[in-house]
Amino acid sequence: MSLLSVRNLRVTFDTEAGLVEAVRGVSFDLGRERLGIVGESGSGKTMTGRAVLRLIRPPGKITADSMVFDGQDLMAASERDMRALRGPRIAMVMQDPKYSLNPVMKVGAQLMEGLRQRDKVSAQIAYDKAIEALEAVQIRDPERVMDAYPHELSGGMGQRVMIAMMLIPNPDLLIADEPTSALDVTVQAEVLAILDGLVRNRGMGLIFISHDLRLVARFCDRVLVMYKGKVVEELAAKDLLAAKHPYTQGLLNCLPRIGGPRQPLPGLDRNADWAV
Amino acid sequence: MSEDLDPSRLFDFVKKALGLAVSLFVTFIGLLFVTFIIARIVPIDPVLSILGDRATDAQIAAERLRLGLDEPMWKQFGIYVWQALQGDFGISIRTREPVIEEIARYFPATLELATIATVFGVLLGVPAGVLAATKPGSWADQIVRLVGLMGYSMPVFWLGLMGLLLFYGILDWVGGPGRLDAAFDMMFQFEVTPHTGMILIDTALAGRWDMFANAVSHIILPAGILGYLSMAYISRMTRSFMMNELGQEYITTARVKGMPERRVIWVHAMKNVMVPLITVIALSYASLLEGAVLTETIFGWPGLGSYITDALMANNMPAVLGGTVVVGVVYIGLNMLSDVLYKLVDPRARA
Repeated sequence: MSLLSVRNLRVTFDTEAGLVEAVRGVSFDLGRERLGIVGESGSGKTMTGRAVLRLIRPPGKITADSMVFDGQDLMAASERDMRALRGPRIAMVMQDPKYSLNPVMKVGAQLMEGLRQRDKVSAQIAYDKAIEALEAVQIRDPERVMDAYPHELSGGMGQRVMIAMMLIPNPDLLIADEPTSALDVTVQAEVLAILDGLVRNRGMGLIFISHDLRLVARFCDRVLVMYKGKVVEELAAKDLLAAKHPYTQGLLNCLPRIGGPRQPLPGLDRNADWAV
Repeated sequence: MSEDLDPSRLFDFVKKALGLAVSLFVTFIGLLFVTFIIARIVPIDPVLSILGDRATDAQIAAERLRLGLDEPMWKQFGIYVWQALQGDFGISIRTREPVIEEIARYFPATLELATIATVFGVLLGVPAGVLAATKPGSWADQIVRLVGLMGYSMPVFWLGLMGLLLFYGILDWVGGPGRLDAAFDMMFQFEVTPHTGMILIDTALAGRWDMFANAVSHIILPAGILGYLSMAYISRMTRSFMMNELGQEYITTARVKGMPERRVIWVHAMKNVMVPLITVIALSYASLLEGAVLTETIFGWPGLGSYITDALMANNMPAVLGGTVVVGVVYIGLNMLSDVLYKLVDPRARA
């Protein structure tokens, strides 16, 4: 049985300017594998990820024919049930640690919060576990980082802290929403390698959201390509170069290649008919 | 930890404390400079206001000499600063008492009133603002908005008069104008040592709970009304700060971790709301300490606001300027306090 099964997911915002549909009928199945969701800004990939956690703020609304996580119907779950899922079962790493970590709380307090508040673990055990989690994301001086505030960390360190924090309760599914887009190119690879290793070793499912098609293909087993709130193509990562959809081809072609021909990059071809 | 004994950290601390002291001193001198200039440009002759306009020329000349008015301006300013540093703001023209002694009597009344009002304002305003921010557009939000709007737009003298009419005149739940009933007032002067000048504290220290209860019944209405105004302001600001924080990404992080909404709001968001809110509360407190003239007048409250206003009406310049300096010092002090608190709640400001 699949870990997560989504059928006809829709996210709509009832704004003053009228109904805005951010996600329009997305369906997919996910086992304990890595699924990439790719698309440009505004394609609805982030909203798809957050809808799985039911974390869309009003006036946003989530509807779906079904959304089942490990046998549990997420659409019918109470807010209390959702809270029990968030963290221990489904976690999410967001884009920029500058904003996703609480600026006025020490890193240690944020790391231990779940253990202390939810699991009622003693301070000593929580501290040890947090140190262990920091070591797992290859932070060399975890004691110092525990005592630091987020603004005292670099972007790469911050994102490692975020990954450590989300992986402490060993979730079954991790949603990584552009986890490296806000980082320097040099640390992107490091953070990705850490994330890759942890997800692989612990055998968790991963939804990797990104606008970088090649990165996703290298990192994931399967790729969903989204455009204007719809999935326009779904394919195995190894078949990426054989992508049929013109939008997917466009996404592939608009990235420069080292050693490739030095011509102007083609603009991304967009066609409203694809999203009908 | 051995870090605390590190000499470089100690040096750092001493340097910061010294820097603070210097900036305080400079601000204080600046304040004195402003009041000094005011005293020179108002069209009131200090000599005539002391001696009256039927004084002889010889008397006037003698008084000018005594006040140092024949000295050059810079020297006069030096004398003024020197005296102010010793707490000497001159003699009140009306009562012939040192201004500082009068202020020492009036200011505690204002301090007591403003402090209780601010406590009311914070205890009611912050939760109301949070409630409104977490459910924007709900009936709770509408009620907070309406109550706040009434607080803004209703004139305080009208609220005060209506409050007196209803709670004192008709229902007789509270004491009337003044800080104590007349009988207690007399007793207070003879039987209680005024350690602080604040009746609530002095009577409590003396164990005179009958008098304490009477003082409470007198202060509750004016403090409630001023507290209502400050609540209106604080709840409004809390609402907008909280709305802003709830839209931040770290709030989503807390929710992703499965934290209950109560904790997301009161721990994660509130710690960040505190940063700007401290300044708002400090400013609202300072504006009350300046003396709420209308409220003090209606409630016969012998506070700083009515003291300065009365002095101004009577051309009593030493009293006006002395009061002004005290208000300025209050502002400087609260600003410094909010700076210190700011650094306590926001680690980014500590760097």
